[in-house]
Amino acid sequence: MANFTLTVNGVEHVVDVVPGMPLLWVLRDVLGLTGTKYGCGIGQCGSCTVMLDGAATRSCQTPVSAVGEAAVTTIEGLTESGDHPLQIFWDERDVSQCGFCQAGQIMNAAAWLRDNPNPTDEDIDRLQAGNLCRCGTYLRIREAIKSAAKFVEG
Amino acid sequence: MRKNGPFILQRAGIDPVSGEQYDASDQSFAGSGRESYTAVLKYSRRKFLRNSALFAGSAFVLGVFTGCRKEELPAVVEKALPTGTAGEAAFHPNVYIALNESGDVFVINPRSEMGQGVRSSVPPAIADEMEADLDRVHVIQADGDAQYGNQNTDGSTSMRNLFDQWRTAGATARVMLVSAAAANWGVPPEECEAENHEVHHRASGRTVGYGELASLAADQPVPEAPAFKPRAKWRYIGKEIRGTDNRDIVQGKAIYGLDVKVPGMLFASVEHCPTIAGRLVSYDATAALAVPGVRQVVEIPVAPMLTGFAPLGGLAVVADNTWAAFKGREKLVVEWDLGANAAYDSASYRAGLEASAAAPGIEARNVGDVEAAFASAATTLEAAYYVPMLAHAPMEVPNATAWVKDDGSCECWAPTQDPQTARATVAQFLDMDESNVTVHVTLLGGAFGRKSKADFVAEAAVISKAVGAPVKLTWKREDCIRFDYFHSPSAQYLKAGFDADGKAVSWLHRTAFPSIQSIFAPGVTHAMRAELNLGFLTVPYDIPNMLCENGAAEAHVRIGWMRSVSNIHHAFAVNAFAGEMAHAVGRDQLEYLFELLGPDRSLNHFFPESGPYGENLEKAPYHTGRLRGVLRRAAGEAGWGKVRLGPGEALGAAVHYSFGSYVAWVLRVAVEDGQVRVLRADGAIDCGTIVNVDRVRAQMEGNLVFGLTLTFNGDITVKNGSVEQSNFHDYPLLRINEVPETHVHLIESEMIPGGVGEPGLPPVAPALTNAILAATGKPVRELPIRLA
Repeated sequence: MANFTLTVNGVEHVVDVVPGMPLLWVLRDVLGLTGTKYGCGIGQCGSCTVMLDGAATRSCQTPVSAVGEAAVTTIEGLTESGDHPLQIFWDERDVSQCGFCQAGQIMNAAAWLRDNPNPTDEDIDRLQAGNLCRCGTYLRIREAIKSAAKFVEG
Repeated sequence: MRKNGPFILQRAGIDPVSGEQYDASDQSFAGSGRESYTAVLKYSRRKFLRNSALFAGSAFVLGVFTGCRKEELPAVVEKALPTGTAGEAAFHPNVYIALNESGDVFVINPRSEMGQGVRSSVPPAIADEMEADLDRVHVIQADGDAQYGNQNTDGSTSMRNLFDQWRTAGATARVMLVSAAAANWGVPPEECEAENHEVHHRASGRTVGYGELASLAADQPVPEAPAFKPRAKWRYIGKEIRGTDNRDIVQGKAIYGLDVKVPGMLFASVEHCPTIAGRLVSYDATAALAVPGVRQVVEIPVAPMLTGFAPLGGLAVVADNTWAAFKGREKLVVEWDLGANAAYDSASYRAGLEASAAAPGIEARNVGDVEAAFASAATTLEAAYYVPMLAHAPMEVPNATAWVKDDGSCECWAPTQDPQTARATVAQFLDMDESNVTVHVTLLGGAFGRKSKADFVAEAAVISKAVGAPVKLTWKREDCIRFDYFHSPSAQYLKAGFDADGKAVSWLHRTAFPSIQSIFAPGVTHAMRAELNLGFLTVPYDIPNMLCENGAAEAHVRIGWMRSVSNIHHAFAVNAFAGEMAHAVGRDQLEYLFELLGPDRSLNHFFPESGPYGENLEKAPYHTGRLRGVLRRAAGEAGWGKVRLGPGEALGAAVHYSFGSYVAWVLRVAVEDGQVRVLRADGAIDCGTIVNVDRVRAQMEGNLVFGLTLTFNGDITVKNGSVEQSNFHDYPLLRINEVPETHVHLIESEMIPGGVGEPGLPPVAPALTNAILAATGKPVRELPIRLA
């Protein structure tokens, strides 16, 4: 066990955990931030996606010891009041079915949208292909991202 | 007449309202269909205020009771009224509405939300009839309790069973609110009308809000058979309604089972025996206990073959966090006796299934004289089809939080489709009276039938009892795949005879697959009638000689129902064979399919007692006209026979009836170098009256993806009794880049609502394989598709 200082959604936390513990479980079980989901544990599904210094990162594959001083952003901290364009259009387009994978989908898209403000369908397919949705909401994810892209500041 | 009722609103966790008083004179009974009757009950206001935290502050509370047959009703009422609990099970309240003096409306939703949209469909159904403002209707999720009626959220039943009941509740409330306003103003109720959370008296220009009327309404008599609004006046039903939980979901605030937090809870994960019904011989937990954060390793009895919903058993690692529990499991040294099922191997099992389907089985339907027709047929065609085992793989793994308390009670939080069965199962394995068990239902991160089974809930409870603390149990993804209640592997054999014009004159169909009944009863060798009714005995083709037989098959793993159940393999074989028949006689697939369906007619005679899905056949006959309708629509929208196709491209069609609804898919594919790409999908659904338009579209879209996943990828195999797949790398789901352009077409209908969660799935696979047949001339007889 060791102490790690993490900055999550702008708040500093000191956690006493084993160095190999994935960030996912630190967020969920130690800090109680359950918006980030466990889906597969092997980096195949993207449900656990968070941002490290703005870059989409699979938190199930990121040992807490590797986070360093990077700022961690989870779905709870993406915006204060849920008004990120992706969140707005996700609601508008009724993307979610069960909703379980959607936080990961949104965090993943929010990260790459900054660098790709005008994505084509092909861009979206390529950049979002790491995020699984068993309910099959993909078409609407594509539509919501395209609608939101117009409002995302690069 | 004032008597004590035996009803309880909601059990532990919230103050019970046991002993609630109500006026017997305040009951009315309204017919709602041929089978069941609906009763509306008004709760005494003061009692409610005092006893119920759930509806705290609500002045006006209605319960709607259903599930009793007309002829049973007087006895049910008689039994239910006297003090005591004798009648408790007899009445089945399915929904409650409450209105407080601020005008907030609360509705209890008895069914589980797993993405199908029930939490977004109850409010419009009730609000419309109540003339309530939808924005002021709040959904409360019911705990598992028999008094909510059947809460089992499967079989695509929520709307089918409850639409009229919800509307009855809403209409009752509206009439009582109007009566209250009229009485207050001293005018006849006929002069008043309810509109958008207010009652108006146009003649005098007076208006009063629902909140102000709440107390007065509670004193009004319950109307008998309140009239429903005419369809033309529906404001919410059949319109686009935003998802109830959308905002919580996109902000990470929605609570799934996996997100439950209970003070002081520990985290557990279980190492199961790799085979079903094996035995734990010995183990060494020393290394596991040395993992930082691991507190305890608990042995759980391994379930016997007849598993039902028994916890699978094995070694539970209990820790300070989920990760430590997972790591602890890796350090366990375990010796298992794999038992008799270690001999189970998918390859040899398949050979047995195919042999079973190739030989005569138990006759399930026999019309005309098939053998004579084959003997005199101009030509015949035979084909054998195989669909492997499939896993549900919801994004949220099985998990549950349980707390066995010092006072001998147990409180559970679980993503369960069937909280009543979860409650009973927990009680069974804790050897506890069911009344001491509470099951709270969280949101479900996908389910598809997996979370109907209560094994994981009982497992959490057993672990909590062993460690004396609240425990959150989490299955690893690997556990979810390996220890599923699998969709049956199946082999089918079909033979058709044709006359000289290529018209089908005889049809022989044999199906063999392990029954879902195998988890409940010993020695099950054949399918239940209910399973055969799923696409096997329901074949709608107009062929004079038909013989359907069921072959033997035993189970060596846990078999369970998965989205649309046996419809998956039956619709595949039946539609794929229809495609092959057209191909064999050189006819257009679509035109031939229409010929097979024959003239518009009711097929109710297939089911002398009741419909295969519990539907009301009198109100909604199983009808080929509706099959033809969806097929015509999907094919037309896809441009069948008109659209210009590129090289290697073709269209394929399939149509199927299930759960009271009719769905056709037409898929356009391109086959190139043995690679299949789906370019476009057109799906048409006729599900009768549509309550929530957007959720019907969403279920069609989702079923397409679910169907393409199983068609391209779905394959669970077993070697030495152990499942070979474990996670999304070897049990892959469709990804966003693999989804075709999709068009969903809704048939407008005033028929009673049909199911929506499942019917979109069965025709997907055969529409795809029929397109491949059309593109390549080669039939696909096995899933997942593997083109040579």
